[in-house]
Amino acid sequence: MNGLVLRLRSAPAFRLDLSPLTPERLAGQSAEAVARLELAYGRRKVPVGEWFEVRGAAGPRLLIEGDCTRVDRIGAGLSDGEIRVEGSVGAYLGIGMRGGRIEVSGNTDAYTACGLAGGVVKVAGDAGDYLGGALPGEHRGMRGGAVIVGGRLGDRAGDHMRRGLILAEGECGQYCGSRMQGGTIATLGRCGARPGYAMRRGTLLFAGPPPAPGPTFNDGGELSLGFLVLLARAWKDLPSRFASLSRSSVRVQRWVGDLAFGGEGELIHWPG
Amino acid sequence: MIVNGVAIDDTFAEAFAMRGTRLIITAHNLAWARQAAVSMTGFATSVIGCGCEAGIERELATGETPDGRPGVSVLLFATSSSELTKQLERRVGMCVLTSPTSAVFSGIATGRPLPLGKTLRYFGDGHQISKVIGGKRYWRVPVMDGEFIAEDTTAMSEAIGGGNFLILATGTSQALSAAESAIQAMRRMTGAIMPFPGGVVRSGSKVGSKYKTLIASTNHAFCPTLRASVESELGPEVECVLEIVIDGLTEEAVRDSMQAGLRAVCALGASGGIRRLSAGNYGGKLGKFHFPLRPLLP
Repeated sequence: MNGLVLRLRSAPAFRLDLSPLTPERLAGQSAEAVARLELAYGRRKVPVGEWFEVRGAAGPRLLIEGDCTRVDRIGAGLSDGEIRVEGSVGAYLGIGMRGGRIEVSGNTDAYTACGLAGGVVKVAGDAGDYLGGALPGEHRGMRGGAVIVGGRLGDRAGDHMRRGLILAEGECGQYCGSRMQGGTIATLGRCGARPGYAMRRGTLLFAGPPPAPGPTFNDGGELSLGFLVLLARAWKDLPSRFASLSRSSVRVQRWVGDLAFGGEGELIHWPG
Repeated sequence: MIVNGVAIDDTFAEAFAMRGTRLIITAHNLAWARQAAVSMTGFATSVIGCGCEAGIERELATGETPDGRPGVSVLLFATSSSELTKQLERRVGMCVLTSPTSAVFSGIATGRPLPLGKTLRYFGDGHQISKVIGGKRYWRVPVMDGEFIAEDTTAMSEAIGGGNFLILATGTSQALSAAESAIQAMRRMTGAIMPFPGGVVRSGSKVGSKYKTLIASTNHAFCPTLRASVESELGPEVECVLEIVIDGLTEEAVRDSMQAGLRAVCALGASGGIRRLSAGNYGGKLGKFHFPLRPLLP
């Protein structure tokens, strides 16, 4: 991979905030200049060079290597360029991202793609709780872009989600799509308890095992939904198992809710 | 210039700038897609009295439509963007939304957006669902046979209306056969439509009238029954004149369509009863686009 490479020297003892290091912010800087930039580390400020070996030249791509499970806010506010992480990362990956692309080969912690507005986040492993959600106290979760998770989704994925797409190839945790107001979450795996809790709008699509909707969801029976063809076609170019999703018809089972909150969101089981 | 015994007038078709758009209408099968399109493009022969000119461009195979169902593409033209917007909303709302199993999509990628599902969604009375898929917004409107899917907007294109040519024949049968052959050839082209009934118009018009309230009246110079009354364009051998009018999204589309039609007519030749080919114009003073006939042949 061309561009700047950051190799973590050792796992930090405290949380390290990597939000200043995005390809667009580093544009035109040498490896030495990048090594001198300051990062928040616990209560202190430390230079990048204290924790990372920096090599290469800043460009549209940034590669981060090492166990970054205590490194937070990677790719925060990214609007262009590409960040690739070889390993697992901490919380708030891609928070407030507006464009570009982030790929993580390992797992991510809580609030991945929180408030995402555009771009693509791909996590090969598992994702923590509140993926694509809103920060505590905020009411705007993900509102654009796409998140693809190869492993398991944590609890409350898509909390307060408004627009955008979350594709989970593995299982979903509890309260998936809670307080959702729009957008689409699709999963190939099993789903935890109370999917769509307090959702008002939006779509939870189960292309694997059927969900177990809570008592405040009404069963709308079996239907044919033509828009699923549009969805599946749009997934063809995504780096995901969803790209090869094959269904012989658009016949689905549909539940509507969460009626306890006057919601008209939908849970859809699209069997193979 | 004479081609296969047919005299080609040294004249040109005069066409005007219009605003146009393309829609893709799909349905459970081709018959119902066509039905929706036929309804939508009905009473759309001329902007003089219909508000717009519209027609079916071509049929689409399942691999060519956004939702993988059979469909047709439709072209719609009007003289202004506001009129096009109005006609689009009315016609799609009354004829496509109402047609069983139909869905409607934009057939043009770029250009000023025109509301499509954006306004029709209100039919859902609050139960409509918006879905942004692949960067485009679609509306799912609940209807009695399931859901009506409509793309949020289509796009407006600069367009050309009023390309034309006149077939001068010895009789009605000969003129009709020639016009039918021309239309058959022209329908193989894309980007253009022939908005009149069956693609053919027998009441060619001129601008203005002796009656002040009329903006157009019969093209007297080409009426066989007026040969003895006015300064006629027709000799004694011509008893029937039919016109084909073409609207297209581009100048090339109109030109290609005209060329296909003219060649098909010339192929019938004098032995088919075709005497002359001519075109309607206003001396070049009104229309921005001129299509001389002779360079399009043989």
